[in-house]
Amino acid sequence: MTIKICDFLFEPFAEIQNYQNQLALGGKFGATSIFIGTMRDFNDGDDVQAMTLEHYDGMTQKQLAKIVTTAKAQWQLLDCLIVHRVGEIFPNEPIVLVAVWAAHRGEAFDACRYLMEELKANAPFWKLEQLVSNEKRWVSKNSLI
Amino acid sequence: MITLRYFASLKEALNRSSEQLNIVEPLTVLDVWQLANPDLLLAENMLTAVNMDYVPRTHFVHNGDEVAFFPPVTGG
Repeated sequence: MTIKICDFLFEPFAEIQNYQNQLALGGKFGATSIFIGTMRDFNDGDDVQAMTLEHYDGMTQKQLAKIVTTAKAQWQLLDCLIVHRVGEIFPNEPIVLVAVWAAHRGEAFDACRYLMEELKANAPFWKLEQLVSNEKRWVSKNSLI
Repeated sequence: MITLRYFASLKEALNRSSEQLNIVEPLTVLDVWQLANPDLLLAENMLTAVNMDYVPRTHFVHNGDEVAFFPPVTGG
């Protein structure tokens, strides 16, 4: 189980492949479920040119570790990987990656969804958008789904 | 002595990210806010944490604690 806070551009598919390659799980997992969140160039009816992701270093990792522990108690997970970007980010760049390895698809799907929803609800990250108009504004709440 | 931390829009509004405060116990998280920001109500949607765990505003703080105030989180 790995949690990474990343202050530079990451390539989610390479992260998944590299992580899977070093797992000693060959033949054990039958299902890998993946969520990738990517920055849009629009939000709330406005064009967005950049975003700064702030976080509470230490609490972020602590909350994500708790979420992973809860998921492990609920589903039979073989492994999971969470990567979240911080700092300045631009449209089309990945923000977050959640990947889950399990024996069967049900557990992989459900745990991946759970991890992502709990991350959005509890991990202390905040988004400061820079609009194309150069106005800056804090995103005040997450979308419901 | 406790450490206070502020984040995101709240940090901008207060124009500071952290401060230290001498306290005499017992004191709740809300008491701490009022001591540090006597002229400002803590908005209802603001979240509170002690030592990096979410707590209600009625939670009692102790010397050495890190008390954080921040707006709703928007990661992912």
